[in-house]
Amino acid sequence: MATVLNPPIENRHLDLDMPLLLDGGQMLPCARIAYETCGTLNAAKDNAILICHALTGDQHVVSNHPKTGKPGWWVRMVGPGKPIDTDRFFVICANVIGSCMGSTGPASDGPDGTPWGMRFPVITIRDMVRGHIAVLDSLGIDSLHALVGGSMGGMQVLSLAANFPERTRAVLVLASTARHSAQNIAFHEVGRQAIMADPEWREGDYYAFGKGPEKGLSVARMAAHITYLSEAGLTEKFGRRLQNREEKTFGFDADFQIESYLRYQGLSFTDRFDANSYLYITRAMDYFDLAEEHGGMLANAFAKSKARYCLVSFDTDWLYPTAESRNVVHALNAAGLPVSFVELSAPFGHDSFLLDVPALDRVVQGFIG
Amino acid sequence: MTPAMKTGLRPDLAIIAENVALDSSVLDVGCGDGTLMQALRDGSGCATRGMEIDALNVGACVAKGLSVIQGDADKDLAFYPDKSVDYAILSQTLQTTMRPDMVLEELLRIGRKAFVSFPNFAHWRVRTSLLWNGRMPVTRLLPIAWYETPNIHHLTVNDFRALLQERGITVEGRWFLSGDTQCSAAAANFRAEHAVFLLSRGG
Repeated sequence: MATVLNPPIENRHLDLDMPLLLDGGQMLPCARIAYETCGTLNAAKDNAILICHALTGDQHVVSNHPKTGKPGWWVRMVGPGKPIDTDRFFVICANVIGSCMGSTGPASDGPDGTPWGMRFPVITIRDMVRGHIAVLDSLGIDSLHALVGGSMGGMQVLSLAANFPERTRAVLVLASTARHSAQNIAFHEVGRQAIMADPEWREGDYYAFGKGPEKGLSVARMAAHITYLSEAGLTEKFGRRLQNREEKTFGFDADFQIESYLRYQGLSFTDRFDANSYLYITRAMDYFDLAEEHGGMLANAFAKSKARYCLVSFDTDWLYPTAESRNVVHALNAAGLPVSFVELSAPFGHDSFLLDVPALDRVVQGFIG
Repeated sequence: MTPAMKTGLRPDLAIIAENVALDSSVLDVGCGDGTLMQALRDGSGCATRGMEIDALNVGACVAKGLSVIQGDADKDLAFYPDKSVDYAILSQTLQTTMRPDMVLEELLRIGRKAFVSFPNFAHWRVRTSLLWNGRMPVTRLLPIAWYETPNIHHLTVNDFRALLQERGITVEGRWFLSGDTQCSAAAANFRAEHAVFLLSRGG
């Protein structure tokens, strides 16, 4: 075990020795969970913080991304002396099952030694959480100091807090929701249809061809990327400015900067993400409805929780707007739990939780303690 | 000097802090930066929660380890269950609400008891200011001009007493402040700059 670095960063994996039973009724034999840790777990094993990543995120919170070489996705929040201080806390982030960054997903080999493809079972947010719990069990962590996640990470956080209430003492949910709305599902369906309409998708069996549905995945990412930004942010960053040209071309090139930007975002995404993983993970998000799992009453989901909660929304986030966070806050209040909530002002839309919002740093640091 | 006064709390908050029972549960509506909640948590062992409309203040509260929800007293109290705390507290906020009477009812629904403090618009200094200048008074406790004050429902001690009577609300305690010191209840409507009431419903 490497302990020379301070704080030590490790990339590890856990091979489950039991099949993972899934909400859909199927089971996932011999699943692998890839995870990153940063910091040192103390002797009492009570200084652990689990961070849950978003749809296209991964376990590389602080280490460089192995494919893009870019810094970890939350280095501005996590590290020595940062709001989530790895000098004090042992931070864990696990790649969700269904993803493609080391945990078992549709691109992994199935029991017959060929990639799962669409034979991979449909998973839910709670199934992802079951994977996280397996990691905590393997590390001997009974109760987390805190559980933190934004966007889909926030959904995992809520699901874990509701379904495994004894496993965490504090719950921090950023820019998230307790259920996917019709609009959320609609945008995901556009993305999935774009992937499946690409002839290179081949019903999901593209792995042997050395080429996947990159065009479809790219369009899916472009549509999704719009939902992560605010109208005001797009206007400020791009407006109607043209891309490296003086005049409109009266053609269908990327005349506008926004077009060029989105095409770049779409294309670069295909270098790092598996199209089938995108199908499976967006499906899991669409199926997410925490109240439905608990008799239709969201407050009931938290009946056994004793944790303290903090929710943060952003005023320009129209993907998971403030009303969604408030819905959770009211349920936690009704359940009699200590809960804080704040809507922060930031120009970056849904992505604000990943970007430079000093007010968020203060809230995170204050809440984590 | 009382212990709460020593903490440097604003005088009306000091009165509330001194009169909240130890180890009770408290909802502070309009909790600001959480000064009172902190005093109640650290000094009286209370389980505190707060509501505050300003995001910066909520952030300051969370940074102190307090549980505070960003919300509006006029709209968001409805989501708290009946009798879910021992005390609901509304300090210096009643006069800023759209419907003070409804907020008061909500406080007494959520809390077994309620503390309400407000500046008294019938204080002699306010009266003389209006009488002599013929302008909306700008005083130490009401320092903001009429067009930008958040105080949209000015009230007097007697107005408040009349509302309590009309709604059948019981006064369990009341304190009056002139300057930063307590004054007697006699002629409070004239002499008090500030009033603090402890209320309950029935019984």
